[in-house]
Amino acid sequence: MGNINPFVIFMASIFTNNMILANFLGMCSFIAVSREIKTAWGLGQAVTFVLTGTSIINYLIYHYILVPFGLEYLRFIVFIILIAAFVQLVEMIVERYVPTLYYSLGIFLPLITVNCAILGVSLFMIIREYTLIQSAAFGIGSGLGWTLAIVALAGIRQKIKNAPIPKGLEGAGITLIITGLMALAFIGFSGIVNVQ
Amino acid sequence: MIKKIKNIFTLGLLKDNPVFRQILGICSALAVTNLLMNSLVMGIGLIFVTSLSSLTVSILRKYTPKHIRMMVQTLIISAYVIIVDIVLKAYFPAMSEALGPYVGLIITNCIIMGRCEVYAQNNPPLDSFIDGIASGAGYSLVLLTIAFFRELLGFGSLFGINVLGENWVNWVFMIMPPGAFFMLGILIWVANTYIPTKDGKAPAAGGGQ
Repeated sequence: MGNINPFVIFMASIFTNNMILANFLGMCSFIAVSREIKTAWGLGQAVTFVLTGTSIINYLIYHYILVPFGLEYLRFIVFIILIAAFVQLVEMIVERYVPTLYYSLGIFLPLITVNCAILGVSLFMIIREYTLIQSAAFGIGSGLGWTLAIVALAGIRQKIKNAPIPKGLEGAGITLIITGLMALAFIGFSGIVNVQ
Repeated sequence: MIKKIKNIFTLGLLKDNPVFRQILGICSALAVTNLLMNSLVMGIGLIFVTSLSSLTVSILRKYTPKHIRMMVQTLIISAYVIIVDIVLKAYFPAMSEALGPYVGLIITNCIIMGRCEVYAQNNPPLDSFIDGIASGAGYSLVLLTIAFFRELLGFGSLFGINVLGENWVNWVFMIMPPGAFFMLGILIWVANTYIPTKDGKAPAAGGGQ
């Protein structure tokens, strides 16, 4: 896996291997927070930021601390603690220095710790044996791909707010069907780049 | 006691099913459901983790300071997930390969955290343990239902055994991601229409997030 161009990984993680539409990661907040474009955009920004940071930090910790000591099996615990700590740190820094950003992102930050996309990216990058630069590209790309998907979904959901939907399908049901259609559309990109 | 157990089970399996009532834990519900076998292993793993972490959280609930309880719960859950991961790697290497990162992602499965926070935090250990099994079973039920249709239509087989015969044309669409989204959407629709909610009212609009 060491020879793939990081840019290819970046593009692939946005379009062909989109975190939500191809790997089903981060679905919970994807469905809960996609009612309005503005909030979806806010959450997307926060996720991209945290993903980039944690994928780099987790890479360094895994390869320079866990592997030399033979502690790979502890990676789940270590990753989840690092993610929680990183989110907490970002929250404090942003609150102290960029209060306006804090008020727009504030409520989303705690939600991110349990967003499976974050842990998923860290685990994928270990399994696929990416290098540091590839991991960083993968982190940024996955974040942008996630943002793209949630903002697009929020846009569609705003449009269908007044549509006559069958009673049992309202809310989560119709959202999943729309997501299915979006995933179908994204399969159209699969000819561009192909990285597993 | 028997009645209470039965009650916990109907809540977990149908009326308050974590997946289609509370829209929790669907990441892994979708990712592993293209084959029945994968879904079964995932379901068993989740029942194991949910029940034992509910039990542990419940035993420790009087000694855990309120403000760090989330952290404690996450650590307890991670410990059990590591056990599942190691057992799979040691005894079922092929399965561990197939499930890939989704075993680790059991940690962020909101069902487990949800049960710890809502139920185990306020109830005695045995009840929490049973509640964990019931929620895990409800989740597995949904997983197996989705996987049943996806594997049947996508590969023409069940548990890897061909049932639809040679002339069946595989619906490749069902084993790709969109098939999973559509199946879950349809399942939620059916569940909302036919299964009564906890309060016995007619089901309200899906997934009251």
